[in-house]
Amino acid sequence: MSNEITRRAFVKSILDDRPANLAVVAGLGSPCWDTAAAGDNPKNMYVWGAMGGAAMIGYGIAQAQKDRRVLVITGDGEMMMGMGAFSTIAWHPVPNLAILVLDNGRYGETGAQPTHTSGPADLGAIAAASGIEKVRTLSNPDETEDIKPFLFEEAGPVVAVAKIKYEKLKFVLPSSSGTFLKDRFRTEMLGIDGATLP
Amino acid sequence: MTNSETDWPSEIFDVLRRQEIDLVCHVPDAGHARLIEMCETDNKIDAITCTSEEEGIHMLSGAWLGGRKGAMLLQSSGVGNIINALAMPNTCRIPILVIVTMRGEYGEFNPWQVPMGQGTPGCLEEMGMRLYRAETPEQVAPAVENMSRLAFDSQQMCGVLLSQKLLGAKDFRELAK
Repeated sequence: MSNEITRRAFVKSILDDRPANLAVVAGLGSPCWDTAAAGDNPKNMYVWGAMGGAAMIGYGIAQAQKDRRVLVITGDGEMMMGMGAFSTIAWHPVPNLAILVLDNGRYGETGAQPTHTSGPADLGAIAAASGIEKVRTLSNPDETEDIKPFLFEEAGPVVAVAKIKYEKLKFVLPSSSGTFLKDRFRTEMLGIDGATLP
Repeated sequence: MTNSETDWPSEIFDVLRRQEIDLVCHVPDAGHARLIEMCETDNKIDAITCTSEEEGIHMLSGAWLGGRKGAMLLQSSGVGNIINALAMPNTCRIPILVIVTMRGEYGEFNPWQVPMGQGTPGCLEEMGMRLYRAETPEQVAPAVENMSRLAFDSQQMCGVLLSQKLLGAKDFRELAK
């Protein structure tokens, strides 16, 4: 057995039998394809752009849907671009937000150039130093076993940084229609009247 | 009340409450100081300080996905930081309301504020935002109220620009004395 975490199996293991009320924000690039590969769900919001925004988008949902768990799944390049979010979220914390960073140290969509986490940057340490009190960094498949209770049950905000294997995988594309994804997601959150009536 | 006494920051605050906007994010600006203070002291509004303005646009996008109405307060220099963040509300048709205090225009002392201040309307319009400029105190509250309606009722990205003529320009030489 490999001693590295492989992203597709890891994300699928997290999203299989997901809590019924869970909302998921998938950050641009591979995390979108990983989330789609685990099985589409109307409570998934796939963010195909707006790089650096996934954590704050999840935070906004968590601010609006306080009885619902919100999981952000994003990559290290995306999270580095928006790392100020850690400070903002830590300062005004919400208990229902979990952020999972899939950290392969690469800009996967653009030619696998190394990111800053291949250099000296440490996203878990950045999150902790920004004031996030519950941070886990995992790199071994053995450490993934109890990650679901951490992401889904632990009082948030929680941040998990999973150091994963770099792999070149086939894209699994969800819908790219922003209006479709938004209305579908809002219908799940608010019901069809709440989502669509003026 | 005469025009010069119009208390436009508290009028904006009243508009936010009337429009059921209860999530206000900001990167501070002197022109927004009173409104920020009112939002921070009111327990029915959550006021969130962002490290950079794009965080606010992302947060408002998420809040609307979850059914909550918010607004962002920023200055014109911060507009430069939100451009790509607007890609999501643009392509998803998510309502956005921003209130921008303008720098770099009427009587500006600091030349470094001029490029982004002068570029603000063009940049925002290029990204698809609808703009309305308030030049006088009595124009402010109706502008915010109606741009809020345009945003949330018609799913538009909307910005109210508070002119530097309205806010007044600081002369830093006075502060250096």
